[in-house]
Amino acid sequence: MSAHFLQTRGLKAHYGDAQALFGIDFEVGEGETIAVIGANGAGKSTFMKSLTGLVKVAPDSVLIEGRPVGGSRPGDIVRQGVALVPEGRRLFPSLSVEENLRMGAYAERSGPWSLERLYGLFPILKEKRKVPGTSLSGGQQQMVAIGRALMSNPRLLLCDEISLGLAPIVIKEIYDALPAIAAEGMGIVVVEQDVMVAQRVSQRLYCFQEGRVSLEGASEGFTREQISQAYFGI
Amino acid sequence: MGATVIRSTRGSKAVLAGAVVAVVVAASLPLWGESSWMREFVEISCYLIFAMMWNLLAGYGGMVSVGQQAFFGLGGYVMLALGNLYGVNPFLAIPIAAAVAALASLPVSKLAFRLQGGYFSIGTWVIAEVFRLSIANVSAVGGGSGTSLTALRGISRSVRESTTYWVALACVVASVALVYVFLRSKEGLALQAIRDSEVAAESQGIGVERMKLAVYVVAAFGCGMAGALYFVSNLRISPDAAFGVDWTAFAIFIVMIGGIGRIEGPVIGAIVFWALNKFCSDYGTWYQLGLGLLAIVMTLFFREGLGGFLNRRLGFDMLPTRRILKLGAEPVALKSQPVVEARV
Amino acid sequence: MTETLIQGLLLGGLYCLFSLGLSLMFGVMRLTNIAQGDFIVAGGFAAICIAPLVGGSPLLAGLVLLPLAFGAGYLLQRGLLNRTLGKDPLPSLVVTFGLSIVIQNLLLEVFSASPRSLESGELSTGSLSLGGDIVVGTLPLLIFVAALAATVGLQLLFARTPLGRAFRAVSDDREVAELMGVRSAHVYALATALATVLIALAGLFQGLRTTVSPADGPLLLLFAFESVIIGGMGSFWGTFVGAMVLGVSQQVGFGFDPGWGVWFGHLVFLAVLVVRPNGLFPKTKG
Ligand SMILES: Nc1ncnc2c1ncn2[C@@H]1O[C@H](COP(=O)(O)OP(=O)(O)O)[C@@H](O)[C@H]1O
Ligand SMILES: [Mg+2]
Repeated sequence: MSAHFLQTRGLKAHYGDAQALFGIDFEVGEGETIAVIGANGAGKSTFMKSLTGLVKVAPDSVLIEGRPVGGSRPGDIVRQGVALVPEGRRLFPSLSVEENLRMGAYAERSGPWSLERLYGLFPILKEKRKVPGTSLSGGQQQMVAIGRALMSNPRLLLCDEISLGLAPIVIKEIYDALPAIAAEGMGIVVVEQDVMVAQRVSQRLYCFQEGRVSLEGASEGFTREQISQAYFGI
Repeated sequence: MGATVIRSTRGSKAVLAGAVVAVVVAASLPLWGESSWMREFVEISCYLIFAMMWNLLAGYGGMVSVGQQAFFGLGGYVMLALGNLYGVNPFLAIPIAAAVAALASLPVSKLAFRLQGGYFSIGTWVIAEVFRLSIANVSAVGGGSGTSLTALRGISRSVRESTTYWVALACVVASVALVYVFLRSKEGLALQAIRDSEVAAESQGIGVERMKLAVYVVAAFGCGMAGALYFVSNLRISPDAAFGVDWTAFAIFIVMIGGIGRIEGPVIGAIVFWALNKFCSDYGTWYQLGLGLLAIVMTLFFREGLGGFLNRRLGFDMLPTRRILKLGAEPVALKSQPVVEARV
Repeated sequence: MTETLIQGLLLGGLYCLFSLGLSLMFGVMRLTNIAQGDFIVAGGFAAICIAPLVGGSPLLAGLVLLPLAFGAGYLLQRGLLNRTLGKDPLPSLVVTFGLSIVIQNLLLEVFSASPRSLESGELSTGSLSLGGDIVVGTLPLLIFVAALAATVGLQLLFARTPLGRAFRAVSDDREVAELMGVRSAHVYALATALATVLIALAGLFQGLRTTVSPADGPLLLLFAFESVIIGGMGSFWGTFVGAMVLGVSQQVGFGFDPGWGVWFGHLVFLAVLVVRPNGLFPKTKG
């Protein structure tokens, strides 16, 4: 039905009585890298949670290959090939690095990603595989969080603010790993506060403002003014 | 919506006026009522006061104690010891016993507060058991088999019964007032705000600890009072009766029926409990079993209890303590129900 | 002295079995099962009912009982206790407290208040010499070995197996674990099922070693709880050692006065709470 792997149509999300998303139309295809930008509280994380079943939404507002999946259990969504690197990393404190990674493979989807391959991508994790995940540096923890998501062999990888709180050099190192991941046709969505970084790593971007998409299109095509207008609404 | 704070409503004023009339009528009961009514009232008063204190702890302070019988029993024994051994008038000994229980709760809290959540609950139970076993070794108050209150022997039965009745009525009014004033005090309002806001509740700051201690001490005072009152009326005390976990079981039942975290909840629950006791207690084990089941069902499906149900039906709070909460409650309604949480 | 110590350790073996289930359920889902003791007693009565059906052999009774316990625990968690979980501990506490009352009264109605025990045949009379003049009963020794095995087994399960990893993961962060495809409702139910197996085993041994009666539950809960807290929450070895400390303390108390054993155990528990609020073996991480 659609060339897009994942699509949302008029996606609305609520926390109790408060609405956080007001009709998001969004799509991402195979091998495509999309950036989602927007101010704090714009609804980016809520959007990520809606895609992965952590926030319940109407069934036909989220489609995977045309199938309605909105409001499915998170486990069912990961089995259909969508994995989330949650905001703030959220490693399991009582699990070692390797155990954290193995948890990522809990859904047992087959695919190219394995522990060996992951250790190839982030060699430092192999060295530290026995220590508790939370004892690592911020950047290394982020690698574990990304690796954990990759271990489910997703077709779409969602990354919520993976650069948060990291030094610029570490951010660069992590983002440099993305093209290798995308090379096999995996779609990637990055939520990013830093507009420059977002533009650089993505082909298309969406800007969120107060729960709505305020700007959408090819990442290269926007001027500074357009973006700050869409970002802050001024 | 402005920040005007509504402290009372027309409905709540009517309830208050009704309550005053009820207390005045009740006070005259010894003049026209039967003595069995008085005895029943005294007994249910003890349950009510104890339940109100449990409600304060669990419904407002977030401390689900299963060991308040420690202070109930202590109150009873202090009253008895003052009366039997030191010649203090047992009625006068009631407030003293309550104060001793409150005092004892300070060191006890040091122990109990080292445990959190469910382990706090069982910890308080162990402490109550230590009280029971320790008192059972004190022969001056009858050891394990207990003893009788001899200090009231000189007084005629009718005088004793009506005095006990009046004292019980005074204790109930005092307890309701105590809880009400506490909840409307700065500490009480802060406590409700904490209870209803997750963010604050998670930051277990020093302020929170102090507030919890305040609740714990107030509750110990009330439980001590209930215990002293109960054994003034009962005239016979034993460690098993005084420190039995049944007290907490009934308190939980009363509070869950009436509605936890609302001041009128225990009152409504106690009335229901009294009625059930009167008509069903012949069924013995099945009756007890039913109470347990009812507590489970109420907890799972009717958290607001009868009190909450009535308030909704009447359209007003019978005894509003939660004036600021009206504003504070909104973020709670907005709070996300993380899906995974709701689905289990 | 040695005699007291050995008797205390053997008693501790029983307490360890009482407490592992409590520790397990708390560790995986922060659920405090106030009905733990009553579950143990119910397990004992179940064994007493089953034994005559399988020719009176406690071993066969156990073989029938334990799978039943697993199923019952799973259903209990899935059908009832999962609904009580959340940030607020109140629902789970009130519900398990209510369960405790229901179980006690049900047992009272069915079995009456008098204590019963499970016929153990040669098990209860047999004894073993440990060199010197130290002789221990076969049954207490068997219980001790079972406790040790259960502790080692749980520790290995948690540390080495995918299920154990899932137990720890849902305990750390349930939402993220669900994101990985863990069905926490199912994993919780498995934890309770496992705990219930241990509980039933404890009940079986309690019925063999002494007696069970419907009102025993609360005291057994307190012993289980004290073992967990003395040892330090979050490690099964801690619970094992806590149970040993409690068993020895009570045995020492019994030595002074038969009425003092339990009381002395409580005092040691309170003393540990004062001196080492996190137990003898606090969990260091997480
Ligand atoms: N758990 C929650 N409960 C209630 N409101 C929430 C919750 N999480 C987010 N919100 C609200 O939803 C809106 C969007 O938040 P979020 O998606 O986290 O924004 P972003 O990720 O873009 O910073 C904000 O107004 C925020 O206050
Ligand atoms: Mg965010």
